[in-house]
Amino acid sequence: MTDSKYFTTTKKGEIFELKAELNSDKKEKKKEAVKKVIASMTVGKDVSALFPDVVNCMQTDNLELKKLVYLYLMNYAKSQPDMAIMAVNTFVKDCEDPNPLIRALAVRTMGCIRVDKITEYLCEPLRKCLKDEDPYVRKTAAVCVAKLHDINAQLVEDQGFLDTLKDLISDSNPMVVANAVAALSEIAESHPSSNLLDLNPQSINKLLTALNECTEWGQIFILDCLANYTPKDDREAQSICERVTPRLSHANSAVVLSAVKVLMKFMEMLSKDLDYYGTLLKKLAPPLVTLLSAEPELQYVALRNINLIVQKRPEILKHEMKVFFVKYNDPIYVKLEKLDIMIRLASQANIAQVLAELKEYATEVDVDFVRKAVRAIGRCAIKVEQSAERCVSTLLDLIQTKVNYVVQEAIVVIKDIFRKYPNKYESVIATLCENLDSLDEPEARAAMIWIVGEYAERIDNADELLESFLEGFHDESTQVQLQLLTAIVKLFLKKPTETQELVQQVLSLATQDSDNPDLRDRGYIYWRLLSTDPVAAKEVVLAEKPLISEETDLIEPTLLDELICYIGTLASVYHKPPSAFVEGGRGVVHKSLPPRTASSESTESPETAPAGAPPGEQPDVIPTQGDLLGDLLNLDLGPPVSGPPLATTSVQMGAVDLLGGGLDSLIGGPNFVAPPAAAVPASLGAPIGSGLSDLFDLTSGVGTLSGSYVAPKAVWLPAMKAKGLEISGTFTRQVGSISMDLQLTNKALQVMTDFAIQFNRNSFGLAPAAPLQVHAPLSPNQTVEISLPLNTVGSVMKMEPLNNLQVAVKNNIDVFYFSTLYPLHILFVEDGKMDRQMFLATWKDIPNENEAQFQIRDCPLNAEAVSSKLQSSNIFTIAKRNVEGQDMLYQSLKLTNGIWVLAELRIQPGNPSFTVLQLSLKCRAPEVSQHVYQAYETILKN
Amino acid sequence: MIGGLFIYNHKGEVLISRVYRDDIGSQIAGSALFSSSRPFLEERRNAVDAFRVNVIHARQQVRSPVTNIARTSFFHVKRSNIWLAAVTKQNVNAAMVFEFLYKMCDVMAAYFGKISEENIKNNFVLIYELLDEILDFGYPQNSETGALKTFITQQGIKSQTKEEQSQITSQVTGQIGWRREGIKYRRNELFLDVLESVNLLMSPQGQVLSAHVSGRVVMKSYLSGMPECKFGMNDKIVIEKQGKGTADETSKSGKQSIAIDDCTFHQCVRLSKFDSERSISFIPPDGEFELMRYRTTKDIILPFRVIPLVREVGRTKLEVKVVIKSNFKPSLLAQKIEVRIPTPLNTSGVQVICMKGKAKYKASENAIVWKIKRMAGMKESQISAEIELLPTNDKKKWARPPISMNFEVPFAPSGLKVRYLKVFEPKLNYSDHDVIKWVRYIGRSGIYETRC
Repeated sequence: MTDSKYFTTTKKGEIFELKAELNSDKKEKKKEAVKKVIASMTVGKDVSALFPDVVNCMQTDNLELKKLVYLYLMNYAKSQPDMAIMAVNTFVKDCEDPNPLIRALAVRTMGCIRVDKITEYLCEPLRKCLKDEDPYVRKTAAVCVAKLHDINAQLVEDQGFLDTLKDLISDSNPMVVANAVAALSEIAESHPSSNLLDLNPQSINKLLTALNECTEWGQIFILDCLANYTPKDDREAQSICERVTPRLSHANSAVVLSAVKVLMKFMEMLSKDLDYYGTLLKKLAPPLVTLLSAEPELQYVALRNINLIVQKRPEILKHEMKVFFVKYNDPIYVKLEKLDIMIRLASQANIAQVLAELKEYATEVDVDFVRKAVRAIGRCAIKVEQSAERCVSTLLDLIQTKVNYVVQEAIVVIKDIFRKYPNKYESVIATLCENLDSLDEPEARAAMIWIVGEYAERIDNADELLESFLEGFHDESTQVQLQLLTAIVKLFLKKPTETQELVQQVLSLATQDSDNPDLRDRGYIYWRLLSTDPVAAKEVVLAEKPLISEETDLIEPTLLDELICYIGTLASVYHKPPSAFVEGGRGVVHKSLPPRTASSESTESPETAPAGAPPGEQPDVIPTQGDLLGDLLNLDLGPPVSGPPLATTSVQMGAVDLLGGGLDSLIGGPNFVAPPAAAVPASLGAPIGSGLSDLFDLTSGVGTLSGSYVAPKAVWLPAMKAKGLEISGTFTRQVGSISMDLQLTNKALQVMTDFAIQFNRNSFGLAPAAPLQVHAPLSPNQTVEISLPLNTVGSVMKMEPLNNLQVAVKNNIDVFYFSTLYPLHILFVEDGKMDRQMFLATWKDIPNENEAQFQIRDCPLNAEAVSSKLQSSNIFTIAKRNVEGQDMLYQSLKLTNGIWVLAELRIQPGNPSFTVLQLSLKCRAPEVSQHVYQAYETILKN
Repeated sequence: MIGGLFIYNHKGEVLISRVYRDDIGSQIAGSALFSSSRPFLEERRNAVDAFRVNVIHARQQVRSPVTNIARTSFFHVKRSNIWLAAVTKQNVNAAMVFEFLYKMCDVMAAYFGKISEENIKNNFVLIYELLDEILDFGYPQNSETGALKTFITQQGIKSQTKEEQSQITSQVTGQIGWRREGIKYRRNELFLDVLESVNLLMSPQGQVLSAHVSGRVVMKSYLSGMPECKFGMNDKIVIEKQGKGTADETSKSGKQSIAIDDCTFHQCVRLSKFDSERSISFIPPDGEFELMRYRTTKDIILPFRVIPLVREVGRTKLEVKVVIKSNFKPSLLAQKIEVRIPTPLNTSGVQVICMKGKAKYKASENAIVWKIKRMAGMKESQISAEIELLPTNDKKKWARPPISMNFEVPFAPSGLKVRYLKVFEPKLNYSDHDVIKWVRYIGRSGIYETRC
C-alpha cells in the first residue's frame, strides 16, 4: 500500500468529498480521509475548513489516526482557536491514559497548540506528567515546559513549573536530565538576569554524571549548558575538563565540537605552565582533524570553527597543515575554508609545501577558488619573509598564463608585497605594465594605478600610462578615480615639469565634473596643498607609509573570544555574534571567556592585560548590556583617550582634519565658487568664506561660519578598544546650542546598528538632548557624521578634572566607554556680557585669593583681533583702556550654570612674535579658572 | 533550536513540512509569491519558499550548506535529488543540526530504503510520525532505529501489555537505548568488518603530499541477552602499555602495532573507560552498526603507485603514459582496479594501448578510464595514449586534474589487526568460546590521486 496517491492533484469539490469521508463510519475510510487532508496540508493547500470534522476523529484508540489528527491540530489550531477547545477534553483524557506513549503524545501535542485558552487547560496535565512514573513521559513534559514558557512565560513562573524543572536535573533518568537542561537553558536565555540555571559544583557534578549515560543529543545539550558555567578556580576547571575530554572520541561531531567548546573556554583559566595544559592542547588536535573526514556539510561547520580555534590558539594545529590540503572533489565551500586555514597555518617551516599547493590550486576551475589561491600566495609572501621571493616569482609565472582573473588578482597582491618590502621587487613592474590593458576589475585597476603612481620615477612612460586611464575617468569606479587622482598628484610631485597639464586635468575632473563628495574633497585638498605649499604637499602625499600587517582578515580579539564561546553554533559558522542574526532578545546575551584566575589571584582590571599575555587574551570584564547603561559610576573607567582641543595638529593630522571638518562646511557654503581651473589662486579660501575671520579659520583647516571655536575632531575611542567602532568627535557651540559632533566609523567586519549614547553625571550637567540618531545601519568601512545636541540639565557631579566627561556608547555589538575632556568655552553663554557698574562691583566683591594669573605666550594679535575672536566664543569685552602703552581689556563671561567669570587681559604690543598676554581671572568658583584660561588659549591660538 | 524541517523534491516542491516553532517564516523574502488570504499559514509557506527560491532554484552551484535569508538560517543536505532543509531563527548548534539531518536520513533509509521522491510520498505518514518522535520542539530525541522500530511500526497499534509498554519507554529513555532486552539467538554469532579507505595525494615526482587511512570497524552481532563485549586491536599505546610487563611480547608484537591518530566510537562504547584505560568495552546494538572510526597517517601501506608521464607535443597533441605498480604481498589479489586519466576539454580523439585490462576514452567524462579486474601484488602494468586536441583560442591552460584510482584490496592498508573480541553474558549460559566470530579486512581507495 502506498501513500503517494494522496498527493494526486485535487479537483473541485474535493473539500466537500473529504468532509463526507471524514464523517464516515468506517475507520479505514476515516483514516484515509485524514491522510488526504494531511497531504493537502503539506503541499500548502488550505484545509482549515475541515477543522471540526478532523477533530471529531480524535476520539479513537487507533494511535496512528490519533497522531495524524494531532498533526492537523498543531497546524490549524491557531487559526481556529474556538474550535480547538473542542479538542481539550480528549487531550486531558489522554494525559491520564495507562499507556505512557499516549500520555506523552498528548502532553507533547498540547504544548504545540499555541492557543491561550488551551494553555490554561494544559497546566494540570503537565504538572502530573512532570512527576509521571515513566521517564518517557517526564522527558517529554520537560520540553513541554519550554514550549509553554514560549507561549506564556508568566504562567510558567506562576505555576511553579520552573522549580519542578530544576528538580528534574537530579532525575534518575539521564534523558530526562538532558531535556530538563535543554529546556532550562532555553528559558534562561530569555531571562539573562535570573539565576535559573543555578550552576554550582554539585549540579555540575550531576550533569557530568548524566553526560556519560545519555543519548548523543542529550550529551550535546549538557555540554552546551556546561559551557555557560564559569568554574570558581583553575582546579575546578581542570577537573571538569578531565571529565569532558572522553567526549572527544564520540562518533557524533556535534558532541565533539561542544566538548571542544567547553575545553577551549575552560582552558582560559588554566595556567600555561601546568602539565595538564600541554596535555589538553595535544588532545585537542586529533579530534579536530578527524572532523575533516565527516560529511562535507559537517566539514564545513568544523572548518569554520577550526578557523576560530587557529586564531585563538595557533599551537593546537600548527603541525597539521597537510590535512587542510584541498582535495580535487571537495565541495567549493570546503575548499575555500581549507584555503583560509592553510594561510593561517603557513609558517617558515611549511611554506615550501604550502606554496606548491597554492600554485596547484591557481590552475583549478572554480574562479573564486583560484582567485583566493592567488591572493593566498601574496599573503604568504607578506607573512613569511623568507618566502617572498619565491612567491613573487610564482605570481609572475601566473601572470604569464594571461588568464584574465588570475592576472588581476596577482596584481592586487603584488601591490601589497611592494608595500611590505619596498625597493626589493620593483624589477617586475615592467611585466605588470604589459598587462595594463587586460585589467577590467576596479580593484586590479586601482592597484595597478597605485603601483604606477608610487614608482612614477622609475617608469619612463608613467605619464602616458596614467593619461590612458584618464580618458574614461568618469566611467571608472570611485576606487579607481581616487587612486588615479592620488597617483597623478604623486607623479606631479615627482616630475613637476612634464606633468603640470595632467595634474590640472585630473584636478578639474575630480572637483568640477564629479558628483562624488569623496573625490571632490580629495581633489580640493590636493589642489589647495599644491597651491599653498608644495613642500608640505610632498610631505603629505609622499609620506612614509605605515607597514601593513602580516595577518589579514583576523577577527577582532574581543569578537574572537566571544565566538569561541559559541563554538559549534551558527554564530561560529557565520563568524558573527548571535545578535547579528537572531531577532529579539533571545540568545543575544553577550558571552565572554572566563578570566584566567588562579585560586588566589584577583580579577584583573580591564586596562591591564596579564603580564606576558598577548592582548588577545585580555580578560573581558565588560558587564552585560542590561544593567549597564543605567549606572556608569561604579565603573573603572580608564584615563581619557585624548584631550580634544589642545592637541597641535601635525602635518598629517592637518590633512585628515581638512577632510573631516573644514571642507565639508566649505562645500556646503552659500557663496561657494569653484576654483578656476587655469590658475590656481594663492589663497583658495578667498572666494569661499564670507568674512575675514572666517578666512582665518579656514586656512587653519577649521571651518565654522558663526559660533565658538571648534576644535578639530580627535579620536575618542579607537576601533581597537571598541570591537571595530571608531569614534572621533569634538564639541561645538553655535547660537546658544551645544552639540557634540561625532564621527562614527565602522572598522569591523559586520554591520552595526542600534546605536545609543549616554553620559555619566558630570560637573556641568551635560546630557544628550536627543537620542543618538543613526538612521541607517553602519556597514563595514562606512563613516557617519552625527551632530548630537546637548543640554545642561543633566544631573551634576563634580568630576576630576572638572571638564571630564564619561560617555557610554552602545551598539548591537556591545557597550563601550570612553572619557573625554570638553573645552569649557562651549559652556559660555550668549548673555555673558556684564554691565560695567556691575563688573566693577563684582570685581571688588570677589576676594583677592580667588584671583588667578596666567600668561598666554606667542599670540601675535592686537586688542581688536583678540576682542573679536573672543567675542565669537561668548567672552565679552566690557571696557578697554590703554595704560602705559599696554592695552587692557576687561571681559566677562557666564557659564551655563550661572557662574560668572571676570577677566582682565593685558596685551603688550611690540614685536608680534613675542607678544605675551597677561590674564587675570576672578571668579567665585576659583576651580574653573584653570579651564577658562585653557579656553582663552585655545580660542586665541586658533 | 530547529524551528522547522522541510523535504523538497528536485523541483522545489514540498514533500514534507513540519514546523516546530512559530518564529520561523515571518517576513521572509519571497512573500509576494503567495496570496495573502491565509496570513497565518502563509508565514510558514514563506520559509518554505525562501529556500526554494534562494537555494534550490538558484542557478549557481551551492556555495554553502548554511544559508541565511532574512535572518532565518537554512541548513540543507541533499540525498540523490531530494533536499532536506532544517530552518531556524536562533543561534542553534550547527553541528548538531547537520548530524540530525544525517541521522534523519539514516532512520528513513532504515524504514523504507532509498530516499527518493516516490518513497517519501509513499511513506509520508510514517515520516511525520517519526519527525514527531525524534524531534520535540526542535530538540533531537532518541533517534536509534533499533529503539524506534519497537513502537513506530505503521502496523497500527499492537495491543501491548503494560510490561511491553514500559519496556519500550525505558529503552527509549534508558542508558542502553540502542538495545532491547530479551533478544535470543540459537546460534550466537558475530561478524567484524575492518573497512578502510586509503587516501593519497602524490606529486608527479612520486612524493607523498598527504596520505591517510580512514577506517571503520563495522560489527554485525547476533548475540543473545545483554552481552558485554571487549574489543582489542594492535593499538600501539595498548601494546606498549602491556609490553612493560612482559618484555617478550613487545619484541614480538611491537613491530605490528600501529599508531592511531584518533578514533571515535559508537555511543554504546564507554568513552570514559577508553579515556582512562584505552579499552573498548560496550554492549552492542542488535544487528549491524559501526563500532568505531579511526584515522592513521603513519606507516601506511600504499597498495598502488601511479607513475604518470604527460608530454605536450605541439599545440594539438598530448602523449600520456601511466604506469601502475602494485605494492603488497604477491599472494594477495587486488580487485576492481580503475585508473581515471583526465583529458582536456578540447580533446578530439584518443588512441589507447594498454597491456592489461580494458581502456576506453569517455568523452562525456573527459577522461580515459582504464579498468583491470584483478591484479596480484608486486606487479606492474602500463597504459599509453595519444590525445588529439582541437586548436582553441582559449588562453587558459588546461588545469590538468590529477589521475585518480579506485581499487579494493583484501588487507588493511593501515596495518590494523583485530586481536580479540571477547563476549561475556553473565545471565545467560553461553561463554565467549561458544560465539562464532568472523573477521574480514577490506581496503578500498578513498581519494587516491596522483598529480600529473
